[in-house]
Amino acid sequence: MMEITEGSHAVAEAVRLSRPQVVSAYPITPQTHIVEALADFVANGTLDAEYLTVDSELSALSACVGASAAGSRTYSATTSQGLMLMAEVVFNAAGMRLPIVMSIANRALGAPLSIWNDMQDSIAMRDSGWLQFYAEDNQEATDLHFLAYKVAEDATIQLPAFVCFDGFILSHTYEPIDMLTQEQVDQYLPAYNPAEKLDAKDPMSFGMYATPDYYMEFRYEMDEAQKRAKDVIAKYGKEFGTLFGRDYSALVEGYQLADAETAIIAMGSICGTVKDAIDEMRAAGKKVGLLKIRVFRPFPYEEIKKALAHVQRIAVLDKNISLGAKGGATAIEVRDAMYGSTIPVKGYVLGLGGRDIRKKDIKEIVSLCENGAGDQFYGLRKELI
Amino acid sequence: MAEKKNTCDLFDCGHRACGGCGEALAARLVMQAAGTETIVVNATGCMEVFSTPYPETAWKVPWIHSLFENAAAVASGIEASLKKQGRKEKVVIMAGDGATFDIGMICISGAFERGHDFAYICYDNEAYMNTGIQRSGATPYDASTTTSPAGKCSFGNKLPKKDMPAILAAHGAPYVATASVAYPADLMQKIERAINTPGPCYVQVHVPCCTGWGFEGDQTVAIAKLAIETGLWVNFEMVDGKVTKVKKVVRKPVTEYLKTQKRFRHLFKPKLQETEIAAIQAIADRNAEKYGLDIKLPPKKE
Repeated sequence: MMEITEGSHAVAEAVRLSRPQVVSAYPITPQTHIVEALADFVANGTLDAEYLTVDSELSALSACVGASAAGSRTYSATTSQGLMLMAEVVFNAAGMRLPIVMSIANRALGAPLSIWNDMQDSIAMRDSGWLQFYAEDNQEATDLHFLAYKVAEDATIQLPAFVCFDGFILSHTYEPIDMLTQEQVDQYLPAYNPAEKLDAKDPMSFGMYATPDYYMEFRYEMDEAQKRAKDVIAKYGKEFGTLFGRDYSALVEGYQLADAETAIIAMGSICGTVKDAIDEMRAAGKKVGLLKIRVFRPFPYEEIKKALAHVQRIAVLDKNISLGAKGGATAIEVRDAMYGSTIPVKGYVLGLGGRDIRKKDIKEIVSLCENGAGDQFYGLRKELI
Repeated sequence: MAEKKNTCDLFDCGHRACGGCGEALAARLVMQAAGTETIVVNATGCMEVFSTPYPETAWKVPWIHSLFENAAAVASGIEASLKKQGRKEKVVIMAGDGATFDIGMICISGAFERGHDFAYICYDNEAYMNTGIQRSGATPYDASTTTSPAGKCSFGNKLPKKDMPAILAAHGAPYVATASVAYPADLMQKIERAINTPGPCYVQVHVPCCTGWGFEGDQTVAIAKLAIETGLWVNFEMVDGKVTKVKKVVRKPVTEYLKTQKRFRHLFKPKLQETEIAAIQAIADRNAEKYGLDIKLPPKKE
């Protein structure tokens, strides 16, 4: 059923339908509407969960670690500084192979303090072992939560997952959403029943320490699970499509890519702007296409190389920067994916701290790329430098 | 008690604690009192390290370690999870003084405020022993540690021991107690009460550390006992914020306790530091007054 809903409320509804047993919540802009809505569900009996109003993001994710290890489906949401305060637990939860799902309403990191959108927060956690899904719109932000639980809890994966959607741009925007019914979600996402949990009937030790004789194999196993997740995402993304008509089997998604000479690579809500700009550029005779990255971890190296084998140039848009490296994280990874090819890859760091990106900016970037200019910040106010 | 429940091996032998380790002894006693229907949440520290070198574990109950500072929050999640699943296991946190007095305060405060049903056991050996004997908020006045060393210009730790029991009682904890490995029956009784009292309960157990304090491993219990007999450690119970029971003693001078440990050696050698010892005696005297420690002996008959 189509409903006009705020992004955060649509995500909260998706979480409610996923039947988490323990929700751990701490407010932070622009994520707060999600946990407010979940509190409202619990207060009105439409969500049967233990709802913990914790003291900090550190406790928020720590409580999820305990609840998940004890065998419950768990949920939290955060962004930006909150995610940074959680950082130690983020790595720990992945190492303990706990399939926690957490929404990230992407926001810039201080200093200087910024409540506005970019993707520096979740990107900074890219080595933590969490799966990372990125939504283009609120329909995707909603649906990806079901997929995230399904993949994270799969016995062959057992890794936690971020569902990232742009703070304010998506979280506070009203869009029509086709929301699944409880019956549909139950059909897709069965109750969580882990093979191993904290249980007096079958005592096990979780989170032991490992000497150099054992440590590396734990990290290897996590990396293998990340690799396996590609097929598992494909399987469950396809199943979602078969059941509900929206196919999320692909880690990357092309738009007007078949005959494109210039390919733009982007993640998140900016893809909508890029598509509109492409339509206008195409109308003007320019062959431009988009490759949207929906899954950043595991990173779709082969998928990108395959999808872009025919293009003449690649422009990678990054709402994050790996300071001191060669631009944003996506550009760095795409260059690696395209290694051995002669197709030039140009990176553009843009939209940091909420700076607006318009269609004309996308067109300008395509022009820059056509002229071989790139690997730069885009949209700087020169008078301030 | 152990025989009754047949659970004496829930914290099993074979772990890597030092000979004479006070907290290993405490862990065994805590588990004897807790029984099999227990989930243990362990903060990072000596106990976690000496009891769970992968792939071996000394724990025969479900056990989890996440991080140094978050045991109370992890326990919150477990308790919530058990409640949701209708399970009846008890949640017991085992955390050292550094994890409790210092780095874990934010998570502890939140968890006690929320009123989760768990027993928080702080095994207090009065410094960061796992990292090599650095001072914590639990280190007593004048103790020499590696970050509060005694020297030409210092008598060791300058700060008083933080009053954690009072802090947690102020959170509304229904049951707060202190205990000592020198009095195992009392310790186990308090653990049982903490576990069986609904809500967040706190037991702080004095666990002498032979390596960190500097004494022979066969003196652990004797030194724990001297701490109580000198009034430098007080065994008490608080119910709903009020002290209801105190272990009274015929007090000995604090020097009887101090002189047994290398961490206080600088108070005796190269010369007796009378002013400092008087300051420590004053701490014991204040404890005696506050808790009514002194047993009044009847006057000797002529």
